[in-house]
Amino acid sequence: MIPAISIRNVSHRFGAEGQARNVRALLDTSLDVARGELLCLIGPSGCGKSTLLNVVGGLLAPTTGSVEVLGEPVAGPRPRDIAFVFQEHALFPWNTVRENVDLGMRFQGVAAAERAGRAQRAIEAVGLKEFADHFPGQLSGGMRQRAALARALSLQTDILLMDEPFGALDEQTRMILGEDLSVLLAATKKTIVFVTHSLGEAVFLADRVAVFSARPGTIKTVIAVDEPHPRKPAFVMSEKFTKLRNQLYAQLHEEIRKTVSAESAPPATPGALS
Amino acid sequence: MNGPRKPAGRAAILATQAAFIAIVLMVWYLATTRWGVSRILLPNPIAVWHALVSVLWTGEYLPDLRVTLFELAIAFAISATSGVVIGYFVSRSSYRVRVFEPLFAAMYAVPLILLIPLYVLWFGLGPASKIALGATISFFPVVLNTVTGFSHVDRALVTAARSMGASDYHLFRFVLLPAAFPVILAGMRLGFTVALLSIIGSEVLASLAGLGHHIVELSENMEPARMFAYVGFVVAIAALLNFAVSRLEAWVRRS
Repeated sequence: MIPAISIRNVSHRFGAEGQARNVRALLDTSLDVARGELLCLIGPSGCGKSTLLNVVGGLLAPTTGSVEVLGEPVAGPRPRDIAFVFQEHALFPWNTVRENVDLGMRFQGVAAAERAGRAQRAIEAVGLKEFADHFPGQLSGGMRQRAALARALSLQTDILLMDEPFGALDEQTRMILGEDLSVLLAATKKTIVFVTHSLGEAVFLADRVAVFSARPGTIKTVIAVDEPHPRKPAFVMSEKFTKLRNQLYAQLHEEIRKTVSAESAPPATPGALS
Repeated sequence: MNGPRKPAGRAAILATQAAFIAIVLMVWYLATTRWGVSRILLPNPIAVWHALVSVLWTGEYLPDLRVTLFELAIAFAISATSGVVIGYFVSRSSYRVRVFEPLFAAMYAVPLILLIPLYVLWFGLGPASKIALGATISFFPVVLNTVTGFSHVDRALVTAARSMGASDYHLFRFVLLPAAFPVILAGMRLGFTVALLSIIGSEVLASLAGLGHHIVELSENMEPARMFAYVGFVVAIAALLNFAVSRLEAWVRRS
């Protein structure tokens, strides 16, 4: 069976070589994502996780390499196959939650008669029934991300790409959202790529976690989390969770150090900071 | 050092404003009745009041008001339409924005009222030169705000719309236009105000009819009381129009 997403030797460079703002964001990355799998991408800031997600979604053409989604090469947005949830929710502030969901389907080309029912179901699925006619500005950060998720779910794509969707939220909100997401996604059988900074989030949600190296990023290792969905809150307390989290931390720590030391030199003497 | 102050209530502010106006009126009255200021230079406020009542009662202002409002409507229609269309065209390319935005901003900073002699030469003393001036001056706030509105749309929203398959029409109708609309509307309100100012101003300087023209005529005919009444009338009309436009803007914004 062909994988849902097949990434082949993708490299990306922002700006031309020799330019001042030339950044090598991604280096020779290859990876397959199986159908129905939830893959988390984790790595230091600026390692190219989001770049890879945008390449997979057809929002960005890679400098070299290629991506196939559902067996077809990606050459631009594929709204019928791929839906996005962005970090900054990207809801239209002048539309209510319901209108936002409706508009997504309208862009995608869903017939008007079908949209109302699908919007209602998606909004109920994320628990925003009472807030369907609120504007994004009237909602909390967590609710806005739920609304963005409802918009993505209503598109009924096989693939969902989530770019640090809970990145701007507080720890407690993201815990609850993570639990709800696990329940929701277990029922939909979607293929999901989920970019995150949070080790706990990655282990809690993912079937596999791909760890990125420091910039220019490439996939350093892939760790499998063998735990059925939907994940229970008790999973967080289990020894298995802790072990995986520590394993991930060990892999990541070195890369984060590299990133940080590239940005600022460590203090020269131990006493310098006191 | 000042001690801690309580914020003054709305009523207190209104009372102080009323008192200020009352004092101005009182000084004005005393200047004309007791202090011997010439009635040609400064008419008695009571005479002005009588003149105002007579102006309103007879409706003699109607022909001039009609001329001024006609000029304003045409000028604003021209500047609003051309400002939005040209502004949208400029905003679609960052190159054009960088070329034209500073140009428009610089031109708007010039006292464009200086164009009056030129426009009178080109379009004559009638309404056409007033319309041309009003349209020219009010074009700039509309076009500048339109460029700003359309070129500062959140990129994340455009990306999100594209990822969901939005066509060019979808993008314009559901993302760019709603994002830019409040900014364009603010530009239009500003444009309306400056169009009104420049039209009345140019009527004062060189014209055959209109409210500004009538004021000059009264001044030259040595009818200061009536002239003052007309000035008050024009101020009231301008305030009323600006108020109406602000309310209209607020209403459009809400719906």
